[in-house]
Amino acid sequence: MPDPFDTQRPGRLIKAPENFIGPEGVKTVFREAKEGRRDFIRNAFAAAVAAGGTAAAGGAAAQANPVPADGGDPNILNLPAHTTGLGQGVVTDGYGLPSKYEKNVQRRQSPGLTQTTQASVSFAPLQSLFGIVTPSGLHFERHHQGWWDIDPSKHRLMLNGSDERLMKKPMVFTMDELMRLPQVSRFHFIECGANSGMEWGNVAVPTCQYSHGMISCSEFTGVPLKVLLDMAGTDTKRARYVLAEGADGSSMTRTIPMELIESGEVIVAYGQNGEMLRPENGYPLRLVVPGIQGVSWVKYLRRIEVGDKPYATKDEAIHYIDLMPDGLHRQYSGIQECKSVITTPSGGQVLLDKGYYTVSGLAWSGRGKVRRVDVSADGGRNWRTATLQGPVMDKCLTRFTLPWVWDGKPALLQSRATDDTGYVQPTYRQLRAVRGTRSIYHNNAIQTWLVQESGEVKNVQLS
Amino acid sequence: MSSSRDRLMPLKRLALATVAVLAAGSVWAQSTAFPGIGRAATPKEVQAWDIDVRPDFKGLPKGSGSVQRGQDVWEAKCASCHGVFGESNEVFSPLVGGTTAADIKTGRVARLTDPGFPGRTTLMKVATVSTLWDYINRAMPWNAPKSLSTDDVYAVTAFLLNLGGVVPDNFVMSDANIAEVQARMPNRNGMTTNHGLWSGKTMGNGGRPDVRATACMSNCAVEPTVASFLPDFARNAHGNLAEQQRLVGPQLGADTTRPPGSAARPAAAAPSAGPSAATQAALALARGNNCLACHGVDNKVVGPGLREVARKYAGRADAVTYLTEKILKGGQGVWGAIPMPAQTLADADAKAIAQWLADGAKP
Repeated sequence: MPDPFDTQRPGRLIKAPENFIGPEGVKTVFREAKEGRRDFIRNAFAAAVAAGGTAAAGGAAAQANPVPADGGDPNILNLPAHTTGLGQGVVTDGYGLPSKYEKNVQRRQSPGLTQTTQASVSFAPLQSLFGIVTPSGLHFERHHQGWWDIDPSKHRLMLNGSDERLMKKPMVFTMDELMRLPQVSRFHFIECGANSGMEWGNVAVPTCQYSHGMISCSEFTGVPLKVLLDMAGTDTKRARYVLAEGADGSSMTRTIPMELIESGEVIVAYGQNGEMLRPENGYPLRLVVPGIQGVSWVKYLRRIEVGDKPYATKDEAIHYIDLMPDGLHRQYSGIQECKSVITTPSGGQVLLDKGYYTVSGLAWSGRGKVRRVDVSADGGRNWRTATLQGPVMDKCLTRFTLPWVWDGKPALLQSRATDDTGYVQPTYRQLRAVRGTRSIYHNNAIQTWLVQESGEVKNVQLS
Repeated sequence: MSSSRDRLMPLKRLALATVAVLAAGSVWAQSTAFPGIGRAATPKEVQAWDIDVRPDFKGLPKGSGSVQRGQDVWEAKCASCHGVFGESNEVFSPLVGGTTAADIKTGRVARLTDPGFPGRTTLMKVATVSTLWDYINRAMPWNAPKSLSTDDVYAVTAFLLNLGGVVPDNFVMSDANIAEVQARMPNRNGMTTNHGLWSGKTMGNGGRPDVRATACMSNCAVEPTVASFLPDFARNAHGNLAEQQRLVGPQLGADTTRPPGSAARPAAAAPSAGPSAATQAALALARGNNCLACHGVDNKVVGPGLREVARKYAGRADAVTYLTEKILKGGQGVWGAIPMPAQTLADADAKAIAQWLADGAKP
């Protein structure tokens, strides 16, 4: 049986045609990626095969930790200033910052994706993160009409009903009052419904920051929304829908099923990773709707309305609707289905040498816990079950790892997650067979990274 | 809360004291009652914030507006971003286009079934006219949300629908006839909730997934053929990936400014300094005064990028005076037809931004 994870058997050689699209083709690739068409690149691929396309050339970079000719590493032999001098004092920064050598680890925009910065997205640098918690300053951003830093002493939360019979007592709370109520703290992922949306039709971005970076994971602290609705006396028999509304210019609204509130999972949150929410993430108050796409986690939350019908708000009637092959749009689609991605090695990285690596990545499911993650190095022909790092939590990122010895040959790395409902993450082929290529939203297909002989890792899709 | 005196009582009163202690225990609140927290919202407060309008028009205020009035409001407040005909793709996705008279009859936009049709406009997608009314009312215009009167929201909605051929030129839309407009929405029958991604029982199929995969473990039937990837000369399209990876680690970033295969350990250069204090101050002013709603720092949005302005006036002796006046009084024609309105920021702020521009808008 072939086993790429504990032997040094040669890997499969996957020929990757290079340089077959002219410069004018780049623009087409990006444009068609947006439109969800893959014909262009498929045709170009066919042409390249006909022309006898060649594989990537060049071996891996040289041994990365050599012994210098004079018998010692100058970083060891010559004591640096930090070993021979006096360091800095306490409270240089009252709220500390990362090392200046971490400047490359930034959330970033994808060039050309949006024309404004206020209705836009920045992607979290998954390739540089450890464990499951996203540092708050690196949390992905999605703003609909710009972010604000709101004075918490002036922020209010209102509860009311779409008619007066649905709620006995419409209420108003200050932040002081909300923070006096019993609090819960829970770890959950938040993923934008459009995460990986640029990749529905074909490969459009180079790294996992851009392909999967609209996901983050935090410990959120706040009050279960059920507690507040109970205080106000909600007729939950008739009020089966909840509208959440933001206080910013867009006053974002989304419809949420009452079942989720009744489960106790939905939190009116002010805390994130031990501190208050960051302004970009909704300071001082946001809704936390575990397992559901990020657009429902309304930021700057000012109002909760309970109703007997759904609301068809802009972000559930014009955007965040999934176009199916028959021309119908799926409306009120919220659950983020089971998904995973290998974050190292991943696109845009370079393996410096053959030998041992830890394949490491993230898995999650909007329906529950991750039960298992399998990893393949040969494009999905053979799989090995990875180790899940605990704790494995409900609707939360789970880190998986698997030891791997790279033999210097091309490899196609994939991860495939299964959740505790038994749902298995699909391939692109399986997903597209049902949903076509134009959906934009809810792309949870298996991601493939091609490790080339040069050591450079490339984002690819298989057919 | 039990007092120490109680516990010092004679033994024969112990039973009674125990009862007192238990009674004192009731200060620990029941889990559902939180006295002293929250208060009733006043009708005035609810009216101020409860602005949502549902597809059954619950929440829709009385009012009316004509297509003609809508055109005036559109050209003054909407066209700079959305185009005169709602067709513009420069700032936001197009609003109008792709629908036909036949779609208005069927309630299904035929072009949504055509994979070759580029892009999807708002009118191709939206099924409910309430959605347009609600969103224009709550979030438009872009840099002054909630500033339109109720009648102007009716007028702008009517004009937008008129651009799509849904209502005639002489139409006056109102709360009384909006249901008739709904019956003409081109994609009114184009939505489905028959899927497994709604987590309640009132809609959807009960959460049943549509894609069924199995976890095959060995000799699985796959075709590991690379079908799609970024071409080499697009490898730098997202910037140099070497600068987007940590300086140390099992893998480093590929230097995408160089051809593939030439990647090597990048020099651990000292991290570059952030923006200068002058630039941070100028950009804070630009942000605080809403300049960045229309001007990118480097790129055109509605108006030119700030650095484009700086380049144009580099070396002009009276640049500070000229740009201060342009900021305060607005202008038209220098960068295109879209006018920049007069701005209401402090003179000193305008001058500070102009000074930074005249100094070259350095990083």
